[in-house]
Amino acid sequence: MAETRYSKDHEYIRIEGDLGTIGISDYAQSQLGDVVFVELPVVGKALAKGGEAAVVESVKAASEVYAPVSGEVVEVNGELEAAPGTVNEDPAGKGWFLKLRIKDASELDALMSEAEYQNYVKSL
Amino acid sequence: MAAEATTDTAGAPAPLKTPLHARHVALGARMVPFAGYDMPVQYPSGILAEHNWTREKAGLFDVSHMGQCFLVGPGHEATARALEALIPADIVNLAPGKQRYSQLLNEEGGILDDLMVTRSIEPDEDGALFLVVNAACKEADYAHIEARLPADVKLIRAEHRGLIALQGPGAEAALSALAPEAAAMGFMTARSMKVAGVKANVSRSGYTGEDGYEISAAASRIGEIWDTLLLDAAVKPIGLGARDSLRLEAGLCLYGHDIDASTSPIEAGLNWSIQKRRREEGGFPGAARIQRELAEGVSRIRVGLKPEGRAPAREGTEIATPEGEVIGVVTSGGFGPTLNGPCAMGYVAPAHAAPGTALNLIVRGKPLPAVVAPMPFVPSGYRR
Repeated sequence: MAETRYSKDHEYIRIEGDLGTIGISDYAQSQLGDVVFVELPVVGKALAKGGEAAVVESVKAASEVYAPVSGEVVEVNGELEAAPGTVNEDPAGKGWFLKLRIKDASELDALMSEAEYQNYVKSL
Repeated sequence: MAAEATTDTAGAPAPLKTPLHARHVALGARMVPFAGYDMPVQYPSGILAEHNWTREKAGLFDVSHMGQCFLVGPGHEATARALEALIPADIVNLAPGKQRYSQLLNEEGGILDDLMVTRSIEPDEDGALFLVVNAACKEADYAHIEARLPADVKLIRAEHRGLIALQGPGAEAALSALAPEAAAMGFMTARSMKVAGVKANVSRSGYTGEDGYEISAAASRIGEIWDTLLLDAAVKPIGLGARDSLRLEAGLCLYGHDIDASTSPIEAGLNWSIQKRRREEGGFPGAARIQRELAEGVSRIRVGLKPEGRAPAREGTEIATPEGEVIGVVTSGGFGPTLNGPCAMGYVAPAHAAPGTALNLIVRGKPLPAVVAPMPFVPSGYRR
């Protein structure tokens, strides 16, 4: 069964074997407001942990999305080009940004579990 | 994920509150610091829905943070001449009950602020002009104006007043249900009337590109007008976020962004706000520069920009030729909900200013194609 972990910057990664699906949390989309554009990386790009993975633009501002772990981009969610609002409607489902092949599974240990993340959000 | 830098409020004094502050909080608004005030950037429905509601129905905005004041002199001509020494608009010939958009200018013809000037229709108020200036500029504006007024003209701050804007195609029906006189008003005219039983000064104007009204009333009673208008199913409260996207689509300048102390009204494309008599006679700060620019042209001019893709180009984005030469910068830009795409404005040399000119906008280091586009981006709904 897939496990989801979270960064302090509000990215999630849903882990299935050595693949991770990355998006932003429900809290993050609610803070951003209406998403109007998502800039995604090219398939094959190597992402470093903490490096820029994507850019999400709301009506008001642009925000960077960081890679929660290192890895190579294997798929991006092209549906977001026509329907960026999906990030607001279903951030954990159809609003995912990209999938990457996780380079070093030990980097996942530094991320928060679902319960830890919910407590973290409450503390903000 | 990291948000773009927001206003730095460290060490700032506690924000001011408008007379409607508690209502915004009760309506669930997200409050942000803006020009020294704690203001609603959006309500729970969000900026896109608020923007679209205003274009389709009627949006109600709290603009009480803006500076309201009166210039009062012995008669219209004396007060108008005192103001004409500071702005390039023709105020002497402003008819009773009419309103004009203008700019406070510095000696170099740069814009210190933009403002609305209204002459009351009431004969017993002749000699008074009502000014509305930007919130962030108001203290500097008042000091600038007071230092230059003749002895018989005084500036009186109207800090005891609130100001709301009702904007959109449904504005006329909503306001005239409470004040039937509002329906007969023309664009850029003003009247006194009772709205929901409260004495108010109403002008048919706004800053969204839509038909609508601005309503000034005593701070202690403006909430009654606000509450009564919101009882109308066509009227919803709208925050500063949608106000910004609406005025951007309407091609209207935002002070401190599209215009500032370095830009002249001619560079900004505001020639229409300088009437013929003033162009010929001069007699306002920076008249020499403005007359020269009218005769000989400008070295840079404000243009509309339409990115070809969906990526918004924000303020500060460099504008380049297709060959890569940087020729200007975006002064306002974002996503236009009515356009369903990005739009921006910025300054370029006149050689690159013709509509249809192909340019690149350098977004996050990448050149994205765009064209110079006529403004407004969305047709205006003003009731002439």
